[in-house]
Amino acid sequence: MALTYQSTGPDVLKKMFQVQMNSPDDLLIALGGNPNTGKSTVFNSLTGLNQHTGNWPGKTVTNAHGKYTHKGDSFTLVDLPGTYSLLANSAEEEVARDFICFGRPDATVVVTDATCLERNLYVVLQVIEISNNVIVCVNLLDEANKKKIHIDLHKLSTLLGVPVIGTNARGGVGLEELKDVVYRVATSEVKADPVKICYDEVVEDTLRLLEPCIREKIKNKINSRWVALRLIEGDSTISDSLKNYLGIDIRGDNAINSALKEVEQYLKQKQIEKDELRDRLVTGIVKLAEDIREKTVSFDNKQYNQLERKIDNVLTSRVFGIPIMLALLGIVFWLTIQGANYPSQVLATVFFWIEGRLTDFFMWAGLPDWLHGALVLGMYRTLAWVVSVMLPPMAIFFPLFTLLEDLGYLPRVAFNLDNYFKKACAHGKQALTMCMGFGCNAAGVIACRIIDSPRERLIATITNNFVPCNGRFPTLIALAIIFIAGATGKCQSIVASLSILGVIVLGVVITLLISRILSKTILKGLPSSFTLELPPYRKPQIGRIIVRSIYDRTLFVLTRALMVAAPAGLLTWLLANVHVGDMSILQHWAHVLDPLAYWLGLDGYILLAFILGFPANEIVIPIVIMSYVATGHIIELDSLEALKELFVANGWTWLTGVCTMLFCLNHFPCGTTMLTIYKETQSKKWPLVAFFVPTITGIVLCFALAQTARLLGLV
Amino acid sequence: MESLIPLHRLSLGSFGKVRKLTAKGNSRRRLLDLGFIYDTKVEVLRKSPSGDPVAYEIRGAVIALRSEEASKILVECLEPDR
Repeated sequence: MALTYQSTGPDVLKKMFQVQMNSPDDLLIALGGNPNTGKSTVFNSLTGLNQHTGNWPGKTVTNAHGKYTHKGDSFTLVDLPGTYSLLANSAEEEVARDFICFGRPDATVVVTDATCLERNLYVVLQVIEISNNVIVCVNLLDEANKKKIHIDLHKLSTLLGVPVIGTNARGGVGLEELKDVVYRVATSEVKADPVKICYDEVVEDTLRLLEPCIREKIKNKINSRWVALRLIEGDSTISDSLKNYLGIDIRGDNAINSALKEVEQYLKQKQIEKDELRDRLVTGIVKLAEDIREKTVSFDNKQYNQLERKIDNVLTSRVFGIPIMLALLGIVFWLTIQGANYPSQVLATVFFWIEGRLTDFFMWAGLPDWLHGALVLGMYRTLAWVVSVMLPPMAIFFPLFTLLEDLGYLPRVAFNLDNYFKKACAHGKQALTMCMGFGCNAAGVIACRIIDSPRERLIATITNNFVPCNGRFPTLIALAIIFIAGATGKCQSIVASLSILGVIVLGVVITLLISRILSKTILKGLPSSFTLELPPYRKPQIGRIIVRSIYDRTLFVLTRALMVAAPAGLLTWLLANVHVGDMSILQHWAHVLDPLAYWLGLDGYILLAFILGFPANEIVIPIVIMSYVATGHIIELDSLEALKELFVANGWTWLTGVCTMLFCLNHFPCGTTMLTIYKETQSKKWPLVAFFVPTITGIVLCFALAQTARLLGLV
Repeated sequence: MESLIPLHRLSLGSFGKVRKLTAKGNSRRRLLDLGFIYDTKVEVLRKSPSGDPVAYEIRGAVIALRSEEASKILVECLEPDR
């Protein structure tokens, strides 16, 4: 046995789990547990690392790392994917299991939800089976108190045989104590003596047959009883993991193979099938969890979840469920449009005042016109547009949306809509990935990991772009205000909100239709199993949401503006002002696109803007503006009114506006999203499909609308 | 001896005790992980607007299952308790 922990350990950590440790003396702590237990909040509170925390099951799909110091020692904390089990049913479960088992953390903290302890103990017991150095963190104690659920933490600790710490991570309660105990366990100051899970006679008999030769083979590297259990239940991933991480080949071991044969014969003799054996294993753990819960948890108020049930009865009711959902979304849009109005104008005024001063400076310094054009009219103006038009709606929309997310409303949306997704042969959790798409389609594509079945995950990935993201929202809002709500006077923001809502509903309908078409053609198959947890509602931390969203969004928009919009503005100005023959390069290109664009109800400049906007959707409208401005109509673009004048002067009608909105909703994903799809699917085929499916949809829709409108003489 | 019925046939608001799983493979593993094991009490909590999926309360958690999944869980119907 040449491979020792010293030679494999750190390598394994670096390569397999990509954990970066400052020094080999760092203590390595794993953070595991069910989703939706406040695990991410614990992670953030301990490390101070800013990370998005959500309130729906399966959110933390990637494991994050962070560092903290306590009593002079430094700790590396690894946030494992939240899982309901460690039996390697999915990629996340395998990652979590392998890290706890082979990543050799100095301690593993399992975060649990005090309001739903039994379900969480299932994972706790599985972790305890793998490792001795376990600390149980009973989180959300405040919620439990509110529901009059009492947990005897001392008794729980005695029964589990590991330290138990009660916390309320959001309130910062109990975290110091948690750090203390983690320190003591990780430095072996406290030796835990975890409970041994006893199974029924049959399982114990088979263990007696198999465990000795496994112990012989793997020495004390990992828990041999646990490895034996995995082999008995027929989990093939464990043999691979042993080989990958520890270099131990148990497949080729004669003693183990003959012991496995004995097990098989024993089971045959008892007439027990493999599936049934697994049931027995799970039953052993579940029964113990139940037993421990009975001894440690008391409910003073048996009706503790009555209020929640009443709320759910309304929010998911047959009559009101979907109307309430649409109304909530509509209110969010209305608040966004109404609220963004004023700050947008203030920002625009400020930015155009600065533009004036910049122009004065260029005049005073006697700098050439082309430089002023490229830097001020090209780069600065695009930047100013993106910031003043994009930032306010985003800074309002996101806190509101995060509020719904933190409340726990989004799983209810998935619950309400699942049947439609089922009919489209897709997965109900696709609704959740679409919600993420509102923020950013690349994030939505990553969120598709919560869907286990590869077929349904691909469907969700390909169709995510039908949800308008961050970068497209303000474009839609601006166009809806100008061309749909334009003449409605006082009701303008309401009409605009309803139009946006209509666009979203259209996006959802298209998503469902395309999902169904994909299911019947290139992604044939039946819907796979679907289970969705409806977690308890949580009181959102309003202050934190506002600070975090505004800060995150502001930073996001500003960074994008600087990184993408500013250079793109410069490039576009050059294209619009460098003349070849009697026309600018931009005009040449636009003329080539004109015939096609006309059929789609657009013009060459708009279509070109969508193509040039491939790096980031935010810059589509600025490119259109610049193209028009360069052709002679110089105006001060300090309001939507001015924008409307510019568009109308360039031949826009309501049809152009609506077709632009349609094409904005249905066209190829941006560069970042394409790259993300490539990374997530590890294939060149699917990004191409994801490119053409929405583009063709957009072309068909725009063509149909434009031709119908023209035929009917509506324009 | 009560006869067994599939979980999705259980009416709203009533309780059942899990007696048998007919699901196979990964679907069975998922159901087991959710705690659908022999003798577990399940309450039919609510239906989604279109009637499917249905939310069940099991072991203190609320889990929504499509009828395909629920039909693979055979339960014994219990009298609703007050």
